[in-house]
Amino acid sequence: MSSTFETVAGIIAETCDIPREKITADSHAINDLGIDSLDFLDVAFAIDKAFGIKMPLEQWTQDVNEGKVSTDEYFVLGNLCANIDRLVAAKAA
Amino acid sequence: MRLEYFQMVDRIAALDPEARTVRADCSVPDASPVFEGHFPGHPLLPGVLMIETIAQTGGWLVLAVLRFARMPFLVQVKEAKLRAFVVPGQTLQAEARLLHDGSGYAVVAGSISSDGKKVADAEITYRVVPFPNDTLRAQMLETARRVAVPEAFLHG
Repeated sequence: MSSTFETVAGIIAETCDIPREKITADSHAINDLGIDSLDFLDVAFAIDKAFGIKMPLEQWTQDVNEGKVSTDEYFVLGNLCANIDRLVAAKAA
Repeated sequence: MRLEYFQMVDRIAALDPEARTVRADCSVPDASPVFEGHFPGHPLLPGVLMIETIAQTGGWLVLAVLRFARMPFLVQVKEAKLRAFVVPGQTLQAEARLLHDGSGYAVVAGSISSDGKKVADAEITYRVVPFPNDTLRAQMLETARRVAVPEAFLHG
């Protein structure tokens, strides 16, 4: 998780030109960091490449739109990293 | 090419969804109203249309990979380089390689060459969404057949 967070924070800092020190595990990518949907595609591409996964963004969006989960589940970075770890583990299994 | 209709690709020369690559032939017309303004006395294919050519070539690849189940819309152009002028009557070869088939998006690297010399290249990102209506999907299938996308790649 900690190394996942370091990787994700580095990607966000570089991709979105956000100072690294402003990015914490409690940061909400949209509400706190101001990342818009297009920039998030860049972030998603870099994360997919870095971890060799395909984040199910469409399923996550559907879950949020249907009220199954709040955006915190996927956009608070600590939660995002936990989801990435699960995807990496599922791929390795 | 029919510039006024944004039809940049004349013919798909090679398409391999497994290898995630595509090549296309594109002939710049001898005359077009576009050249009257770009530029008077010095007609050149606009750079934005060179990028559009790369985007459409990669778009056919994404459509084929997805068997025309969804539609890619251009949302981002990165690292675009326009390396040489392209003039009326010039023959171009466009090619693209799918870098990533993401969830709801796709990224390709593409280029245009003429006589073996690269004249433009760019990385293109598409948002990939369900077709907004049947009219567009039917038109895309019709155009796909016109530019010789193999029939096997038109359906799931």
